[in-house]
Amino acid sequence: MKKLMPLSKAISENVQDGDTLYAAGFTHLIPFAAGHEIIRQHKHDLVLARATPDLIYDQLVAAGCARKVIFSYMGNPGVGSLRIVRAEIEAGRLDWEEYSHFGMISRLQAGAAGLPFMPMNQTAATDLERSNPLIRRVSDPYSGKEVVVVPALCPDVAIVHVQRADREGNAHLWGIVGEQKEVAFAAKRLILTAEEIVDQAIIRSDPNRTLIPGFIVSAVCHVPFASHPSYAQGYYDRDNDFYLKWDKISESSSAVRSYLDEWVYGVKDRGEYWKKLGPAVHRRLKVKPRPSAVVNYGAY
Amino acid sequence: MTPPSYSPAELMIINAARLLQNGDVVFVGVGQPNLACNLAKRTHAPDLVMIYEAGVIGAEPARLPLSIGDPTLVSGALSVVSMYDIFTNYLQRGNVDVGFLGGAQIDRFGNINATQIGPDYGRPKVRLPGSGGAQEIAAWANRCYIMTPHQKRRFPEKVDFMTSAGYLDGKGGREKAGLRGKGPVAVVTDLGILEPDETGELVLTALHPGKSVQEAIDNTGWTLKVAASPRTTPGVGRKELKILREDLDPAGIYLKAGS
Repeated sequence: MKKLMPLSKAISENVQDGDTLYAAGFTHLIPFAAGHEIIRQHKHDLVLARATPDLIYDQLVAAGCARKVIFSYMGNPGVGSLRIVRAEIEAGRLDWEEYSHFGMISRLQAGAAGLPFMPMNQTAATDLERSNPLIRRVSDPYSGKEVVVVPALCPDVAIVHVQRADREGNAHLWGIVGEQKEVAFAAKRLILTAEEIVDQAIIRSDPNRTLIPGFIVSAVCHVPFASHPSYAQGYYDRDNDFYLKWDKISESSSAVRSYLDEWVYGVKDRGEYWKKLGPAVHRRLKVKPRPSAVVNYGAY
Repeated sequence: MTPPSYSPAELMIINAARLLQNGDVVFVGVGQPNLACNLAKRTHAPDLVMIYEAGVIGAEPARLPLSIGDPTLVSGALSVVSMYDIFTNYLQRGNVDVGFLGGAQIDRFGNINATQIGPDYGRPKVRLPGSGGAQEIAAWANRCYIMTPHQKRRFPEKVDFMTSAGYLDGKGGREKAGLRGKGPVAVVTDLGILEPDETGELVLTALHPGKSVQEAIDNTGWTLKVAASPRTTPGVGRKELKILREDLDPAGIYLKAGS
């Protein structure tokens, strides 16, 4: 089966209206290119799950793609409020379901492991438990004490951006690995975008760095700079200026509309978007190399 | 020599840094807690181990991290693990000494609200970011510190929503729930320091130089108790200010807050 395909095809074949979608990446490797493609394809009624909705879901919500968000921290990281998601929630126009980070990640871990739920120790802060009927308690059959449980989360479709993958989707990622592996195994369909498509020999040269095996991948797409304004460790820096700029843009719906018109609907793909950002931004986000020491696996 | 001038943020950061002990494993948040930890590491606590909820262990950031997942945290760190690992092997298992917390509201018993303003969860008056890692950090770190400007609206008698547990409704609440951590052992404000008494109620135990008991009482939403003889925190040092202003946050992104 040929998995390497353009991002537009991967999205149209794998993302259905109404799906529960998880775009992975804790600050790092956020798949913005895929988010923009979903907006361009006018997908709607999506349930958007992410520990931190971040700007990617602010934009998807602004573009009318979502009916609900599932999250554990809703902010513009390092900047402040995530204005659009917050305003939609406060206005009662967007449904939401909320956990702590640990609750959210435990849901994914259960999904990835093929378990129905995951236990967690009590925290004594019970307001969230009272507000979200999916957070429940069971008694530990060994000690009799109560533990808090959350149900498995198995998204219909997940998107994970990686530094490099081969044509079959065997993928290396490094730096902050957040919840990527758990999301990849929990999801029913998995789209990978990659900074580089490499020969399988590269993947096989460092098997400990492979977090995702190709056989669980539905589609793999070569999309350099797919994470901007987030970042890819070792490839380009986080564009903090844009995170600050979004704080202003998202104050007004007309500014959001112009942003989407110019930077999402107005470009064909990520290549065009990156070119449009221009050489000054490219230079600003460039990182100096800092390679690891070489690991010797030995020839056996 | 006249004492140096400083912002309320600098005052809080320096006093929070002093609470850290050499060798502590600290769960660090971005912003002011990050500055406090890096300051402690460059002064009295060189062996401090900084852990970030994104999964970074033993970070040594070369520049000011501007988000919880800044790439500078990763390069040169001791280890990077998944979020599931950080919340289980590190935090739930009891391998974290100190957690830093903040929130829109902190009540009389040190409970924190970072979720919403208003009594009805389904219809928030003001929607806040939510727990993130705070719910579990407050429960399982061996001890927690809170940094917040001292304002009446931030210190209500009772939080609208309990995102993270302090001492619940008083004595024994944490033990009854089986929590392993000691809870919020100090709240550092720009007026002084509050610490729990034997019932878990936050009382004023220290004042910063030039601040008064009356100011603290006037800016607290419950009838603030005052320790028999509150101590005065040592004056802000020039060396501490120099490290903060020249090395850690030269653009003043977090230092100017609260000025």
